[in-house]
Amino acid sequence: MTSRPATVRVAAGQGFWGDWLEAPYRQVTGGPIDYLMMDYLAEVTMSILQKQKSRDASLGYATDFITQMERILPTVIERGIKVTANAGGVNPRACAAAVAAVAKQLGLSGKLKIGVVTGDDLLDRLDGVVARGHELKNLDTGRPLRDVRDRVLSANAYLGAAPVVDALRRGAQVVITGRVTDTGLTLGPLMHAFGWSSDAWDLIAAGTVAGHIIECGAQASGGNCLNDWEHIPDLANVGYPIVAAQADGTFEVMKHPRSGGRIDVAGVTEQLVYEMGDPRSYITPDGIADFTTIQLKQNGKDRVQVSGVRGKPATDKLKVSIAYFYGYKAVGTLVYAWPDALKKAQAADRVLRQRLEGLKLKFEAIHTEFVGATATHGPLALADIDASEIPEVQLRIGVRSSDKTPVDRFTREIAPLILNGPPSVTGFAGGRPKPEEIVAYWPALIDRTVVEPKVEIVNA
Amino acid sequence: MKRRRAGGQTAKAVGRSKKVRLVDIAHARSGDKGDTANIGLIARDPKDYPLLVKQVTAARVARHFTGMITGPVERFELPNLSALNFLLHGALDGGGTISLKTDAQGKVFSTALLRMEIEVGR
Repeated sequence: MTSRPATVRVAAGQGFWGDWLEAPYRQVTGGPIDYLMMDYLAEVTMSILQKQKSRDASLGYATDFITQMERILPTVIERGIKVTANAGGVNPRACAAAVAAVAKQLGLSGKLKIGVVTGDDLLDRLDGVVARGHELKNLDTGRPLRDVRDRVLSANAYLGAAPVVDALRRGAQVVITGRVTDTGLTLGPLMHAFGWSSDAWDLIAAGTVAGHIIECGAQASGGNCLNDWEHIPDLANVGYPIVAAQADGTFEVMKHPRSGGRIDVAGVTEQLVYEMGDPRSYITPDGIADFTTIQLKQNGKDRVQVSGVRGKPATDKLKVSIAYFYGYKAVGTLVYAWPDALKKAQAADRVLRQRLEGLKLKFEAIHTEFVGATATHGPLALADIDASEIPEVQLRIGVRSSDKTPVDRFTREIAPLILNGPPSVTGFAGGRPKPEEIVAYWPALIDRTVVEPKVEIVNA
Repeated sequence: MKRRRAGGQTAKAVGRSKKVRLVDIAHARSGDKGDTANIGLIARDPKDYPLLVKQVTAARVARHFTGMITGPVERFELPNLSALNFLLHGALDGGGTISLKTDAQGKVFSTALLRMEIEVGR
């Protein structure tokens, strides 16, 4: 029987691939932590990684993670900090090999066990799965996957905390996963450290809420916080959030001393409602959390206590994230100046649309925005202002099509407007817009029994 | 007619109550799920939460966003957080990578809701 700790600290190191490079280092050096969790995978990230892997079989993971590990690994090993990261993308084994190589370079060979979690990748099994009667219907549209099967680029089931717990139990100090849920990277350490059973639904829900609060990094510690935003101190040195949890599932959200940002009830509440659906059932592979049971309390400066979280049993389905090729899009912009900047931009939009129609170009969508006027608030933005006085407006027009030809032609219709359209126009320094491939997201459900998570331990 | 207002103190009086914009008594954060934007609306003072429940209905939010969303609005209550959560369906031109919108992930939809006026007691 191993002894259980009184408090376990899980620190957020990355909230997405592209997050602040300084954060992981500051988290492992700024004060005591037990675990560092790093979330890299957004919905479309998997398809980008799949593309990289198809060009080079040694790629397909979040390469930022390797440079970050190079910087923090000596501290991580010295202080006995454990790391959980879904940086493995579609190639967790290659990611583990890259981390092992870094450990060797740093003279840390023999001191590191890496856990590798796979089994989420369904791409090679997809036809077999569909043949066995799993339609993988799009959760939003109800269409069966066969409608886009020949354009599928990646397919990954969301795994939960269980394989992370397994890897930690087998001695892994760094756990590298594929498509494990963001919340599972925090819940897994808590289940392992406290010995929580996988059917202790209230505890599972509490750990899931903890994961949700810190999975977007500084968004829980003052970043992107609307409430009283002008008084949030020192965002330049923002401290990323840390969950300090007890065995009974209560926890505090906190940050390292002498770091910037702010942790208060209002800010944590903002993060709790971020990307929320039905608050009574926040569904993960591990269980269902009821967000209407969460109790928050300010426990002092930059400390918010979270308690009372109730949960319900997990469902027998797992979510599958499928990426498929959709078509092409391009977006062009021009800037119009006062007087009547908005009217000029609107006139230019009409001219451009008439020309596109004259060319008989077929688009699935043409979308116009007037940035500086109505782009984000629509007609609501103009209710209380004199629109003729707006100093400048950016015309932003985008098109989308399954076919590349009309999108290419569209990109040549922006520049001419500078000389042959409405006046007072500028801002074309960036040149002709470039057509972009659209990789779209197809959410579906699959029977849990179809997916088999695997855990390997690699000695670095 | 144009009205100019700044800050929280200049609202117009209507009988025994006055109108304020939500931005003066609430804050909010929003995100996306496919083509759906969510808006979490949070009372700055828990005492104002019942006002939000009573006046910021799903139907009123749908009217507020006329022309900006193509689907229905759902509302959920979180009295424990003094918050309401709204799901605005068909808000993001297909959402994610498909969308041609600047705010393809609905990140600032929440701020547009804060323009709504509600009545408060004097």
